[in-house]
Amino acid sequence: MAQFAALLRKDNQPVRYLVVDDSVFARKNLMKMIEMFGGEIAGEAGDGLTAIAEFNRTKPDVVLMDITMPQMEGIEAVERIVRQHPHARIVMVSSVGYQENILAALQKGAKHFVQKPVKPEVLYEILRYVLSDDPSAAGAPVGVPVALAGEPRS
Amino acid sequence: MRMELIQPFIDAADAVLSDSLQSPVRIADLAMEEDTYRRKGVAALIAIKGDIEGRIILDLSPEVAVRIATQLSGMEVQATEQVVRETACELANMVIGNSVTLLNDQGFRFKVFPPEIHTSEEGLASSVDTEALVLRLETPCGEVYLNIAMHYLRRRARERDTAPVVS
Repeated sequence: MAQFAALLRKDNQPVRYLVVDDSVFARKNLMKMIEMFGGEIAGEAGDGLTAIAEFNRTKPDVVLMDITMPQMEGIEAVERIVRQHPHARIVMVSSVGYQENILAALQKGAKHFVQKPVKPEVLYEILRYVLSDDPSAAGAPVGVPVALAGEPRS
Repeated sequence: MRMELIQPFIDAADAVLSDSLQSPVRIADLAMEEDTYRRKGVAALIAIKGDIEGRIILDLSPEVAVRIATQLSGMEVQATEQVVRETACELANMVIGNSVTLLNDQGFRFKVFPPEIHTSEEGLASSVDTEALVLRLETPCGEVYLNIAMHYLRRRARERDTAPVVS
């Protein structure tokens, strides 16, 4: 299994993640990867509404958010979270990776997108980029179609 | 059923399964089904609505589901009902999500709904305008079936294309 250097916050503490997916199986897989990256699970949720509540409760450093979920979908949850917390770092994780979906998520405030099945090395690079808080220093985004890399974000 | 609707499912199933299981997958059989669908094991159903409407069922035996879950999680998993259901749903989610991404790239617009476990013995029968295609895939963990029944809504696409743009 690949070894990854731990991704840490600027204060050298483990990065805290909120994992949102209606599939327990998918959440477990993502949590396993987070462990591999030296992260800590702040919380988990199976739908958008619970994700908002969990975000407010746990104040995670990064959210991994599915799109297609019951009750409230991921893109709407992103919009609501970012409205309250403009600096929230949210990475969409979905098998439905068409351009409109990706653009909609980015326009609502998501920082990045990764398509399932998730490869640990791809997620790692995306998290490294998102955590850098300085996109210009991290080079081109990984895992997003080239055409989207320069899309404006509102 | 139009080949342009089928091919993305074949491509996505092949890519997702071989990528997830890290081993080649073989398309063992591809057939049109006219009879009412009967599930073979545990079945996850995903509905789609839009230019194309219908449903796709991913079906596999509990034993195969546990072997796949073990492979995906990289550790031995217990053969519980929840593991079996979760595996079927997540596989369906990945295969169908990747398929609809390919279809969307071809210009088809539709919405995908979260997977549901299909528990009745019989599913939706194919009909004149909704044919069912059954795809049998041989994976290192055992056989996985995709049952695809959907139709192209020409009227819906026409309405969408002629709708005035509101800025």
